[in-house]
Amino acid sequence: MSLITLIFLLLVLAMFTYFIGKQKIYAQYQAQPKSPGRRILTLPKYFGYVAAMWSLFPALLVWMLIELIEAPLINHQITNYLASQQIEVGENLSLYLNEIKNIEASHLADIEPIKQAIYHRYTQLNTLANNSKNVIVMAIALLMSIYILKRIKVDTAARKIFEKIIELILLMAASIAIMTTIGIVLSVLFESVRFFGEVPVMQFMFGLEWSPQTAIRADQVGSSAAFGAVPLFLGTLLISFIALLVAVPLGLFSAIYLSEYASVKFRTVAKPILEILAGIPTVVYGFFAALTVAPFIRNLGESIGLSVASESALAAGLVMGIMIIPFVSSLADDVLSAVPKTMREGSLGLGATQSETITKVLLPAALPGIVGGVLLAASRAIGETMIVVMAAGLAANLTVNPLAAVTTVTVQIVTLLTGDQEFDSAKTLAAFALGLMLFLTTLVLNMIALYVVRKYREQYE
Amino acid sequence: MNNSTLIKQGLKRRYRKEQAFRVLGLTSVCIALLFLVILLLDISSKALPAFIQTQIELTVDLSSEQLGLNKDSSNDEIRQADFRAVIRAALLKRFPAVTNRQDKRSLYSLVSTGAEYQLLDLVLADKSLLNQTSTFMLVADDDVDALIKGAIDRRLPESDRRVKNQKLNWIEALESDGAVHSTFNWQFLTSGDSREPELAGIKGALMGSFYTLFMTLLMSFPVAVASAIYLEEFAPKNRLIDLIEININNLAAVPSIVYGLLGLAVFINLFGMPRSAPVVGAVVLSLMTLPTIIIASRSAIKAVPPSLREAALGVGASKMQTVFHHVLPAALPGMLTGTIIGMAQALGETAPLLMIGMVAFIVDIPQSIIDPATVLPIQVYLWADSPERGFLEKTSAAILVLLVFLIVMNALAIYLRKKFEKKW
Repeated sequence: MSLITLIFLLLVLAMFTYFIGKQKIYAQYQAQPKSPGRRILTLPKYFGYVAAMWSLFPALLVWMLIELIEAPLINHQITNYLASQQIEVGENLSLYLNEIKNIEASHLADIEPIKQAIYHRYTQLNTLANNSKNVIVMAIALLMSIYILKRIKVDTAARKIFEKIIELILLMAASIAIMTTIGIVLSVLFESVRFFGEVPVMQFMFGLEWSPQTAIRADQVGSSAAFGAVPLFLGTLLISFIALLVAVPLGLFSAIYLSEYASVKFRTVAKPILEILAGIPTVVYGFFAALTVAPFIRNLGESIGLSVASESALAAGLVMGIMIIPFVSSLADDVLSAVPKTMREGSLGLGATQSETITKVLLPAALPGIVGGVLLAASRAIGETMIVVMAAGLAANLTVNPLAAVTTVTVQIVTLLTGDQEFDSAKTLAAFALGLMLFLTTLVLNMIALYVVRKYREQYE
Repeated sequence: MNNSTLIKQGLKRRYRKEQAFRVLGLTSVCIALLFLVILLLDISSKALPAFIQTQIELTVDLSSEQLGLNKDSSNDEIRQADFRAVIRAALLKRFPAVTNRQDKRSLYSLVSTGAEYQLLDLVLADKSLLNQTSTFMLVADDDVDALIKGAIDRRLPESDRRVKNQKLNWIEALESDGAVHSTFNWQFLTSGDSREPELAGIKGALMGSFYTLFMTLLMSFPVAVASAIYLEEFAPKNRLIDLIEININNLAAVPSIVYGLLGLAVFINLFGMPRSAPVVGAVVLSLMTLPTIIIASRSAIKAVPPSLREAALGVGASKMQTVFHHVLPAALPGMLTGTIIGMAQALGETAPLLMIGMVAFIVDIPQSIIDPATVLPIQVYLWADSPERGFLEKTSAAILVLLVFLIVMNALAIYLRKKFEKKW
């Protein structure tokens, strides 16, 4: 029985329960003597809904639980089988199991007999698991249906129960946000702890050399991998700094012009167009940075006698800066318009020009909000991936020269995790350690920024 | 000297400053807009040639002596026939002077390696082509294509030119025969990825994007709407709700690549979901777009006036009935707008999908949500990395297609907002 059949059967059963439940209540109601005391607590359909939910949800819950334990259980059984047959699979058990699972029935004849036997054992277990799963799930659904159809009566508060269940479902949907955060923290933390078991934290945080390539042969040049992340942190900071150097002045002045000077007509046209910059996919910026901006900067640099790397930090930072202009400008716009009108009018009334009002009154008043906005922009720049993957370098150079090639945390995460990977090596685990650093940095920046902005808003409310 | 003359003396300077400040503001807006224009122009100018395909007209002999086929041959027999040989024979017939091995190899590379499959498909569609000699338009190799489009300069000295004199002479001979044609490149829109730039298309990536986005929508919209309703209408004031709110705000700012790490560690390694499959990509993208949609949906619910709720409650509706029968329909357009913007964001997202292995080279067009697939932005990333010159224009063209989709989605969002916007 396939997945779809099972779902279909469950749904049919639920619908069946719905109708029976509704009918039963209706009949009970009719059976009451026709007097003013005859009563039903709610519309019959709510009794049906409650009955259907009882039939469906426990079965689904059990199904989910079984799905979660099914794969580990089968793996365990296979491992036991391997041990009992005294089959040596070498070091990598999970790889071997994967190989078995990926055998296609049509090619079975070409495979060595031992693997054939294991494959048969595996399919046998799989079928057994599948069948018992189907039986258990259907049985629970059926039992629950019978139980609830017996239980509901005309004076059950069906609507209240129904609404409580719906509310519970809504709460569960809302809690997905918490689950996601927990999932992120656990997934990066778990692998990071394993990484720090191999590489000391201090060496990772303060080491000056980064070369994650572990050599295949022991006598190869540079065979020992080095995991000092300082060059990555410095590279990330350098590129983000260049980006902010572009985005903050341009974004701030755009916001000032659009909110204080521009005519309504210009504003309604220019603002959405500016927002387009934020909507363009980052991979497009990456392409633009790598193929247009970087060669342009290199040619420009060479024409005045500077040596510029073809993957310079400047190109990536510049383009990233363009990308976050609308981010800065819309945040600045928000905080500027939150400054009370009275302050602006007071300043103008004293005879200050508009620019004097802006620089001497509005900006100082809005400074905390603007700082918060810049912090948010910084966290965006630090976490940006595609632009730097395509336009920044791979070599970890410890430099602050914007014309040299540097690499960033995100670039390294991508290069460590794409392509062939063995999951347990320090190389792939390092990516999760970098991910943890990235997550923590952006989290702290966001927390500070949101706190600053909220405090600032409250000040004027 | 009294105060008013002092002020008047400074006035000119202050007005100048005012003017300068204003110009500074306008300049920054203009610089930002200029960047946008340069970006779009640069990409579209690089993209346009990709929509034109160069084809070479060749007279190919499909007789049974050549192919060993006749009109009654089964499809399997046709598939096994050597179409490469007949194309090579046709080329040799067109340029009989070529005799030495190396020159022959160079001559054969005038048409794309995909031409034989093109010919095979034509024959399969129309078996009456067999046993006779007809002219076919065959896809040219990417070097020939680049030369015809002017991307390779013919006037360069031979040593600096990718297409050497001998090949150039053949191409020019074909050109003077009128055997070189430029047509609209349907193949770009109808075929999957390929190692050969002249054969590569974006249909695989488009379908991958479609499946991924569809599943993302299916997962994120109901959950986001449910969370928004709960947080706005039902949530009590307690620690748990505060925690949820803080979490949503923070998740909105978590770098997308971190979601990729989550997908890799949890969904692929822990739950054993398939690599490179749209369904896993969709799970990751749903989690990523949830905060965006929740925040938009909440403000849509907030915008529904309390009088509506009070009226419903006043005539005896329960809280749940009020919300689902009255508040939700009124807030739905705002929620949809937020959802479309979230989907547009998901469509352009690349980094988290790289992490879960949607970065593989996939020729087949995905048929379901669990087939290995890639998506448009990743196709862009893959092609941008390819060394062949022909992929440069393909990359730009794929970007252009991606941007068109984004513009359509955003325009739809704006239209919906304008159409259903209600001033209560």
